[in-house]
Amino acid sequence: MRTDKTRVRVLLAALAALALTLGVAACGSSDDSTTSGSTESGGEAGAIQSNPDNGKVSLTIGSKNFPEQEILGEIYAQALTAAGYKVKSALNLGSETVAQKAVKSGQISGYPEYASTALTSFFGLEPEEVPADATEAWEKANEEFEKEGLQAFEPTPFASANAVGTTTETAEKYDLKTVSDLEGVSEKLSLYGSPECRQRIDCLAGLEKLYGLKFKSFTPVDIGLRYTVLEKGQADLSILFTTDPQLSAESDKFVILEDDKKVFPAGNVIFVTTQKVAEEAGPDYEKTILQVQEGLDLKVVQELDARVELEKETPKQAAAAYLESAGYIGS
Amino acid sequence: MSATLIPFASFGGAIEFIFSEQTSNVTGGQKVGGLEQAIELTLKQLEVTALALALALIVALPIGLYLGHKGRGEVVLVGLANAGRALPELAMIALVAALIGIGLLPVTLALAVLGIPPIISNAYVGVRQVDRATVDAARGMGMSELEIIRKVELPLSISTVMGGIRSATIAIVATATIAPLAGVETLGDFIINASIYGDDGRLAGAILVALLALAIEGLLALLQRRLTSDGLKVKTA
Amino acid sequence: MSSVTLLAAAGEVGGDFFKERTSDTLPCQAQTGHPFCWDWATENIDRFRSPTVEHLELVVISVVIGFAVAFALAVLAHRRNWLRTPLLAATGILYTIPSIAFFFLLLPVTGIGKDTAIVALAVYTLQIIYRNMMLGLDNVPSSTKEAARGMGYTDRQILWKVELPLAVPEIVAGLRVAIVSTIAIATLAVFIGGGGLGTQIYGGGNLTFPTSVFIALAIVLLMAMVFHVGLLLAQRFLTPWQKARSI
Repeated sequence: MRTDKTRVRVLLAALAALALTLGVAACGSSDDSTTSGSTESGGEAGAIQSNPDNGKVSLTIGSKNFPEQEILGEIYAQALTAAGYKVKSALNLGSETVAQKAVKSGQISGYPEYASTALTSFFGLEPEEVPADATEAWEKANEEFEKEGLQAFEPTPFASANAVGTTTETAEKYDLKTVSDLEGVSEKLSLYGSPECRQRIDCLAGLEKLYGLKFKSFTPVDIGLRYTVLEKGQADLSILFTTDPQLSAESDKFVILEDDKKVFPAGNVIFVTTQKVAEEAGPDYEKTILQVQEGLDLKVVQELDARVELEKETPKQAAAAYLESAGYIGS
Repeated sequence: MSATLIPFASFGGAIEFIFSEQTSNVTGGQKVGGLEQAIELTLKQLEVTALALALALIVALPIGLYLGHKGRGEVVLVGLANAGRALPELAMIALVAALIGIGLLPVTLALAVLGIPPIISNAYVGVRQVDRATVDAARGMGMSELEIIRKVELPLSISTVMGGIRSATIAIVATATIAPLAGVETLGDFIINASIYGDDGRLAGAILVALLALAIEGLLALLQRRLTSDGLKVKTA
Repeated sequence: MSSVTLLAAAGEVGGDFFKERTSDTLPCQAQTGHPFCWDWATENIDRFRSPTVEHLELVVISVVIGFAVAFALAVLAHRRNWLRTPLLAATGILYTIPSIAFFFLLLPVTGIGKDTAIVALAVYTLQIIYRNMMLGLDNVPSSTKEAARGMGYTDRQILWKVELPLAVPEIVAGLRVAIVSTIAIATLAVFIGGGGLGTQIYGGGNLTFPTSVFIALAIVLLMAMVFHVGLLLAQRFLTPWQKARSI
């Protein structure tokens, strides 16, 4: 839907891009090998420019093995390729501990992490201590990362969180709107979640400890089945994610309960890398990543998740479509 | 770094995982590993293996013996045996999880399907190889067809039949290892969900699964030797 | 420098980026547990090309290595009887260990990736081929060997000119069984980062997407059938005097 406001923004951005082009063309016509543009981090409007210097640097972009993560990994990988780097991807690393090890050991250059996960899983914060503000959360996480020789880039616009979900029928039957409403009822209900859910404070461990809930049973299942088990009636409750495409596409079937005690902190995505790699890769590394994630608001991420999880596109295809549509990579 | 020392270090860590509980890789919850959990998962794997094997035997053995007795259906059974070998267990588990459901019953079904081809084809072949003269003699003695199968053909072909059962068991135990993908927590959980259990846990899982499979096969081999009457004991492969 | 193209506001996706989705308009592949989506299958069949090639690679390399080693071991054990029991036991043990466990037992030594998968698969085929070869060699009638000896053949000549040719049916049968089994087991290579068609069954959300699993399954079965029939024909061609056994 193009409103007048949008049209103005489009016009301004086009003018900015035009000015930039003219500026760049004027500046360096022959082999000017220094990077053009500023060294400041922060996104710039316009397509990603390939810098021949970056060709000397090899990067391996990793991600955890979950669709949303793989899409992000692909977006970063494709963007960095467009910026001239030699990029490999390793998009099936497992959980955050595996990914962390991979970064620290140099197996990968970096990967996207949720700030909330970093704070609770790596740095031992309690869920309620996780700052609600994205920048604060990032700063806190970065502080801790820097102590370990790592570095986290600034956060994405969107955030994702775990959520307790159920079918609309079950929610109606037991009058469930918030997680606390499960008190007294949860003993009759079965909960299905990922295998690591039992260990996580932003999952079953938190539900038991901080909400004081006891469930009839907990069954570990592959994340990919989290909606199937609800639909088939096997699960009364299932751990879902706030960015799930099914929540908007099938909102008549599924609903999530409000996290009134704030046990499931929302996390914006921050790109975690080592200080060494960041230095060696030059300013375009951080610049490209921050630039390309600017367009990732909640609606866009849900659309990307929908393409991969519902329409079964590959993360590579979804990432490419996003980069093209948002103008980062020209066609 | 000596390449030979690293494996030994890993195995040490894995042994420790089996015997003592560790803090999980993913922080915040219960401890993982330890003897209790290892035993729990082993029992689960035995349970689903036994159930699947029983189901496969109930279905495949009578049919295989009967067809062998009658001498019918060779082409179909040959095809079945070959198809069975070509069936990837991962696909079976994935399909059962997505189409039928997760849990003990669907998984048992999938495992039984994998166990049927070797049992049925070995039963057929075993019975076919029984000397026709012996069968005729039994018939001449007035035995009913069923009695012939039970008292003559089965005992004489027991070695081949057991061979089929052993093949089926290998396939079932192997697939039971990836049953955690369909909601049945067997020893394979240590391997598949290594993100919780860590590298040590994963190696521990591999060791335990290998030992379990060898133990089961060893028992079945003993059983095969016991059941094969002395007169038939040939150097079997 | 690459050219910069002017586009709509970078950082904002085009309005046509978003699709409207409701429960009743979800495409086939978005419906959980739908057995097979033809449209998706025909549109996305390309996705299976490189995993199929990887899969073939894994199978062929493993079988070649397995065959070579089995051959060497069989020739050795055929002469030296004391080797028979230990070799039989060793290969039997390795065969009994479930492949996925075997991958991770090898992991500390061979690491993640194709190599570990190939070693494990080669060991599997080794067992099958070795046994069949021993069976084939053992089944050569001693009268034939005696006749050859009588004609002045050395032991070596007997092995290569008499025993092995007569053992060909068993050897090819063993090769056939080994290849078919390896094609199936190679799907597990995905767990150790070895690629192959297993990636379309287990990787990236495919576990719960039956269409992809069915396609991968069909390719595996097709591959197995092609090799099976091919080797059956080869068996008949090489030994026209023997009635080919097919179990």
